Amino acid sequence: MLKLSGLITVLTTIGIIWVLFSESFSFFKEVSLVEFLTDDQWTPLFANKRFGIMPLISGTLLTTVIALSVALPLGLTIAVYLSEYAPNKVRDVLKPLLEILAAVPTVVYGFFALMVVTPFLKTIFPNISGFNALSAGIVMGIMIIPFVSSLSEDALRAVPKSLREASYGLGATRLQTAFKVMVPAASSGIVVSVILAFSRAIGETMIVAIAAGQQPRLTFDPFVPIETITAYIVQVSLGDVPHGSLEYKTIFAAGMTLFVFTFILNNLSFWIRKKFREEYE
Amino acid sequence: MNKVQINRIKDKSFGVLGLIATLSGLIILGFFIGQILHEGLNRLDMDFLKDLPSRKPEKAGIYTAWVGTLWILVMTTLFAFPLGVAAGIYLEEYAKKSKLSSLLEINISNLAGVPSIIYGLLGLEIFGRVMHLGNSLLAGSLTLALLILPIIIVATREAVRAVPNSLRMASYGLGASKWQTIWNQILPASMGGIFTGVILAISRAVGETAPLIVVGALAYVPFAPSGPMDEFTVLPIQIFNWISRPQHGFAVNAAAAIIILLGITFIMNGIAVYLRNRWQKKINW
Repeated sequence: MLKLSGLITVLTTIGIIWVLFSESFSFFKEVSLVEFLTDDQWTPLFANKRFGIMPLISGTLLTTVIALSVALPLGLTIAVYLSEYAPNKVRDVLKPLLEILAAVPTVVYGFFALMVVTPFLKTIFPNISGFNALSAGIVMGIMIIPFVSSLSEDALRAVPKSLREASYGLGATRLQTAFKVMVPAASSGIVVSVILAFSRAIGETMIVAIAAGQQPRLTFDPFVPIETITAYIVQVSLGDVPHGSLEYKTIFAAGMTLFVFTFILNNLSFWIRKKFREEYE
Repeated sequence: MNKVQINRIKDKSFGVLGLIATLSGLIILGFFIGQILHEGLNRLDMDFLKDLPSRKPEKAGIYTAWVGTLWILVMTTLFAFPLGVAAGIYLEEYAKKSKLSSLLEINISNLAGVPSIIYGLLGLEIFGRVMHLGNSLLAGSLTLALLILPIIIVATREAVRAVPNSLRMASYGLGASKWQTIWNQILPASMGGIFTGVILAISRAVGETAPLIVVGALAYVPFAPSGPMDEFTVLPIQIFNWISRPQHGFAVNAAAAIIILLGITFIMNGIAVYLRNRWQKKINW
């Protein structure tokens, strides 16, 4: 009985791969893989149908890069501060408070991006569009701060105390100790936290579906509406698309692309954790 | 200024920078909650909770949405809780260091990293089409149950692992079987940790929007669901629907509904943190 419940997780994986493969397979019977990978237009819902995934990938990467450029500097600074500077009591209060950021439902962040951040950005960049990658990316970055900060802080804390004390003993300041001893020693854990944040940002759906727009275009301009892979799946799911139609199959082909990206990133993080873990004592 | 002084100043200023970075995250969160309260608090009254959806923002309510969320919460828990705990116990207590157990382990960490919208595609095809559950509450809650299963399994394993071996050995020494040991000793001792993980997982399920949209939950449902095969909507989808409308009245409605959703999320997270602290204090091995 117990074993069966463990096997359900395997069935889930098989189910995901089977569903994505079988529907994508029948998609690629009608659309060539070359067109899918090289065409620079994605217009399956229009009369003139083109099936190039590149615009969706560029939209996804654009919001992800913006999110990471918010979350990485802040998250890593917070991690170093909490592990090397903050007194224990302060850390015990601040860390769970920060983790609230990750517990807030993403649809709520979408509201924040559209109703608060975009109007604010408009005061700085008057020509920014009402839907844009910048606002969605910034808010997504705020959301994934705790992924970076908590996991990196755990990695820093796992470094033996003796290393830190040896560095102090040599006369180093906390800052020097942090960046010349602790961060290098915890580097594999920190890299893993960054990869996981990356993977999380790629798969994030509601913030981009609400605030980034629904116009797939091959651009890296953060001021104009774009569309991510996830937002496209939501867009099609909201409409009335008959089962078995080509439009229906596109969401599985898009989902397959997304799954391949996150699968590679997740396994890269396992591999790094295993291979580059620094062992002391 | 000599080098030592410069280094000291750098050291101090990074401390200040770190504190600012940490607080800025919290200040943004606080500012945001303030904005939501400012927009939505006046809209919140008993009628808002009792009214059905409507074209007119001032008449629309969240009755169908919160009833749907309640159904989803209960049904998802019913599926995911026993399965997740059973799988966690199996992996920790029964599975030997075999190929199968390490395969299961890699598989579970991989599942935890799959974007939630992919689970939506899985649910749409398997529960919706193959099992003919359509866009019912049952299809939605099964999908969410699969989504939170890895979280519950990992939490269960950690809680079970924290039980010291001496307890197991003492139980065996008194002649208890393996199952008696698990049921009478290990489960009671690890219940706090398991509940913490389960509550956090369910709070995640309550906030999920994307997989349910993909499975086919509707933005507009005229009546509240009354059975597991009914069509449904949930709070996050209702909020999403209101945000996408141009009239300002719906943005106010969305803010008011967000207050309810955040209230549920924070209460569940609060309970989880409370349980964790109490459990850690009570048991000192």
